[in-house]
Amino acid sequence: MSDIASRVKAIIVEKLGVDENEVTPEASFTNDLGADSLDTVELIMEFEKEFNVAIPDEQAETIQTVGQAIEYLEKNVK
Amino acid sequence: MQLKRVVVTGLGALTPIGSTVPAYWDGLEKGVSGAAKITRFDASRFKTQFACEVKDFNPEDYFDRKEARKLDPFAQYAIASTQEAVEDLGVDLSELNTDRIGVVWGTGIGGLKTFLDEVAGFARGDGSPRFNPFFIPKMILDIAAGHISMRYGLRGPNYATTSACASSNNAIIDSFYLIRMGKADMMVTGGSEAIINEVGIGGFNAMHALSTRNDSPETASRPFDLDRDGFVAGEGSGTLILEDLEHAKARGAKIYAEVVGGGMSADAHHITAPHPEGRGARNVMQMALEDAGMTVDDIDYINVHGTSTPVGDPQEIKAIVDLFGERAFQINISSTKSMTGHLLGAAGAVEAIASIMAIKRGIIPPTINHFTDDPAFDPRLNLTFNKAQKREVRAALSNTFGFGGHNTSVIFKKYSE
Repeated sequence: MSDIASRVKAIIVEKLGVDENEVTPEASFTNDLGADSLDTVELIMEFEKEFNVAIPDEQAETIQTVGQAIEYLEKNVK
Repeated sequence: MQLKRVVVTGLGALTPIGSTVPAYWDGLEKGVSGAAKITRFDASRFKTQFACEVKDFNPEDYFDRKEARKLDPFAQYAIASTQEAVEDLGVDLSELNTDRIGVVWGTGIGGLKTFLDEVAGFARGDGSPRFNPFFIPKMILDIAAGHISMRYGLRGPNYATTSACASSNNAIIDSFYLIRMGKADMMVTGGSEAIINEVGIGGFNAMHALSTRNDSPETASRPFDLDRDGFVAGEGSGTLILEDLEHAKARGAKIYAEVVGGGMSADAHHITAPHPEGRGARNVMQMALEDAGMTVDDIDYINVHGTSTPVGDPQEIKAIVDLFGERAFQINISSTKSMTGHLLGAAGAVEAIASIMAIKRGIIPPTINHFTDDPAFDPRLNLTFNKAQKREVRAALSNTFGFGGHNTSVIFKKYSE
């Protein structure tokens, strides 16, 4: 697992209070991990802080699963 | 329309001298002080370095980590004392018609810690608006009422009351009225406050409202003592569950006391100073008595607002003497803030519980920390100094007053058919 992937998973475990093995690439924040719309906003903000990137709102809306978050960050984190 | 009778059937308390109703009452009876050096933050640069903090409160006893993170301490405290009150009911709420059970919850300030953390974070940044999405719903004053409703599925009337230190008495009075008018079968009510942080203590210090007796925190809250020098900040929560008497009887509920009257008034005088003649305080007690259909002779105990400030204590006593006349010298009066500190928006709720338990147990909790008489108070008054007193209490009146000039009084009566 890449460094980015493990950091993303750690944030999700912490913020959503879920078990680590639930955090699979296909898992959807809202459908599988119990996040509501505010939780999702908070997650995106945590990713921005952790990786020092700005994720524009239109991009943020496309990040709905663990895998999508990892993929986006791997592409955009320098 | 026939007005309903309203009784108290559930109690919960999270206070600086006890984290349950039995522990709280035990502390009141024994005359324990909840004041100590502040542990919530480094207060070494503050004029006041002590407060009455809630002890041994562990959020994880009530919430999972994710839920706890979304709740300001004032809402966490609200849920904690409400859980005790709900368990005290002797019925599972889901067996009742929850469309007719509501929540009215008082708080003076709401999520001050959340506000502080978010604003401080913004100020430290580069000006870009990065706020946590839970900032507003954690901070707003009504959110405790909302969370309680969600936790128990209570779909009746739901809102917050705010009138500074009178907030939870207003919540109790509104709940009493709602049931009395037939708008609900049961109401979860009370109030909570959590302001022991840098801005809470710093803000009240700036007003010269707090005691600065840093060398003796446990004797700092001394209402009616000659050397009183301000109130001691407290925190915590109190929950009362009020119920339509017929509803309570039908389910065989245990009844603590009856709520018989409420009064509300304003001083219309000054933002923080009480009316010099105690006019608002006198009016509010009179209004509560009239609401209850009682006279001063029916009251045996007054749990006063009595915050231990130089100006506030004499005005309240003046109002009592004006209204009660000779009867003022026959009743018991005490300020339980001498033990708990001033719980601000939660004061009315925890003092209502003290008043109800005084009726139930036939014991008047004391005004502790009395050392030197103040000639401002007539020596014929029984201010219940230092030790609890046994007394049959037929009815108790509980006062709270708030910055802004808000006054509230509630009367509880021993329940009888």
